[in-house]
Amino acid sequence: MSEDAKTLKRIKNKQQRQKVYAELKHEKNKAKHKLRAERAKEERSNPELKTERLATNVPETLDSKRVFDETIAEEVEGEDEFNEIFNNSKPPKILLTTNHKAKKQAYEFADLLMDFLPNVTFVKRKEQFNIKDMVKFCNNREYTDLIILNEFNKKVTGLTFIHLPNGPTFYFSITSITEGKRISGHGRATNHTPELILNNFNTRLGKTVGRLFQSIFPKNPEFQGRQVITLHNQRDYIFFRRHRYLFKSDEKVGLQEIGPQFTLKLRRLQKGIKEETEWEFRPEMEKDKRKFYL
Amino acid sequence: MSDDVIWQVINHQFCAFKIKTDKEQNFCRNEYNVTGFCSRQSCPLANARYATVKNIEGRLYLYMKTAERAHLPSKMWERVKLSKNYNKALEQIDDRLQYWQKFLIHKCKQRLTRLTQVAITERRLALREDERHYVGVKHKVKRREENRERKALSAAKIEKSIEKELLERLKSGAYGDKPLNVDDKIWKKVLSKMDNQQEDIDDEDDVDLVSEDEDEESDEGEVEYVEDDGEDELVDVEDLEKWLDDSSDESESESEDDDESNDNDKKRKSQDNNNKKKRPRVEIEYEHEPESTLQTNILY
Repeated sequence: MSEDAKTLKRIKNKQQRQKVYAELKHEKNKAKHKLRAERAKEERSNPELKTERLATNVPETLDSKRVFDETIAEEVEGEDEFNEIFNNSKPPKILLTTNHKAKKQAYEFADLLMDFLPNVTFVKRKEQFNIKDMVKFCNNREYTDLIILNEFNKKVTGLTFIHLPNGPTFYFSITSITEGKRISGHGRATNHTPELILNNFNTRLGKTVGRLFQSIFPKNPEFQGRQVITLHNQRDYIFFRRHRYLFKSDEKVGLQEIGPQFTLKLRRLQKGIKEETEWEFRPEMEKDKRKFYL
Repeated sequence: MSDDVIWQVINHQFCAFKIKTDKEQNFCRNEYNVTGFCSRQSCPLANARYATVKNIEGRLYLYMKTAERAHLPSKMWERVKLSKNYNKALEQIDDRLQYWQKFLIHKCKQRLTRLTQVAITERRLALREDERHYVGVKHKVKRREENRERKALSAAKIEKSIEKELLERLKSGAYGDKPLNVDDKIWKKVLSKMDNQQEDIDDEDDVDLVSEDEDEESDEGEVEYVEDDGEDELVDVEDLEKWLDDSSDESESESEDDDESNDNDKKRKSQDNNNKKKRPRVEIEYEHEPESTLQTNILY
């Protein structure tokens, strides 16, 4: 126990104790600010000090202490289902639908998705067709991807991506959906094909997910649009963002958010059309905070 | 014990099966109760003569008890398997409960009807393939995930990482010779910087090629860009072209498509090494540009 804590403990009167504590805290705060101001002054005259301090004083984060994953540095061997799209440079063609009896919220979110997904058709879900039927119809019409929105209790809760003609199937949960118009200072989207940034998809599983998103967006962006879609993976949460950028100088970029924003989390990866489960999220997997799968 | 005594206790004192409500009607959760109500007539405990219909593992049985067997709890209930045919089952009930109270006969038939309907619905639901895969989510887990998402978002510094990535693309020349997304003045600046860098590296090149490569690796911190370092330290323009042709033939091993891998390789090369010949090679790159992709920073 420090000196201060001891003196505080000795004071029996609560009000008095609080007063003393507040004073002590204020003093500490003052000292800290003074130290910072001095350091800033020193560093302003001598910028090397700052770079040195920043280099040595690196805070430890969950990401830097991540449990080693052997697949991170590995090259991926063999082909996967997405190869065809990349090899034939077949343009993506997407069918978007919902679960049956979906509520208004699902259609609104579908509208948001339609805004940025390329070559996408929305079809209202009919009860008599199950997923297998839909996949068959889509294959006949040469769709490359089938996306199914899940709505539950008037909230959009999930997204199923089925890569056609024969899998794999991804299921993501969706949280924190924000429309573009709810974002302050938002811009308006243009019809240009955006660039795509995929950050931190490192493991074998992560790369598979990355490939999915790569295959969904067209491969030749129109740069004059200056739009960029980002899927940033941090600790297995995939953040979707869309911006318009402007190079202000050779070191500075201005970003204007276009929206929407939402967060995906991979819950299940199945081979084929919802067949064998290859990977599934279980809550026990999160017990170790430093273990990440993507 | 007579039925009346039992009913008095149940009604006025206590019954473990009784569910009291605010309304007039009380309910009964005894599984032998034929109606589910707590009343004198439908109480399975306070009636020595009683009948009900139950579903045991998919089959319906008529259960009956009589006063003669009241002293043998193990043999109290007599059960009869009912036919799968609804009409025949009704007849069976009529037959078995011939001189019983009208109330019990009627309620047993009603219960039979309801249980048959439930069985039909169950069968229909089992046939239909369930599209969704239901997983229970505990509140604790939900809250934990919300908190981790919030923390991950603040750790991500998304805008900073986007800016970094865009600048990297600009400086690596990924946007082409005359980029449409950059102001002319800024592009000239970037170009001149690129040239300066080349000259610097050229000087270093003479000293030590290998170490320079290593430095670049650590600078980038990107695992993906490393793969092609060793192979082509001194590739000429012609060699490169030749190699490109070859690779398009033998691209099976590379899971990436040709355009993209070529483009990425080119990017990598333009960044990595033999910078003397960089400018002419950059021009070659852009001939392929329309059909190529730069797209992403993830390689497969």
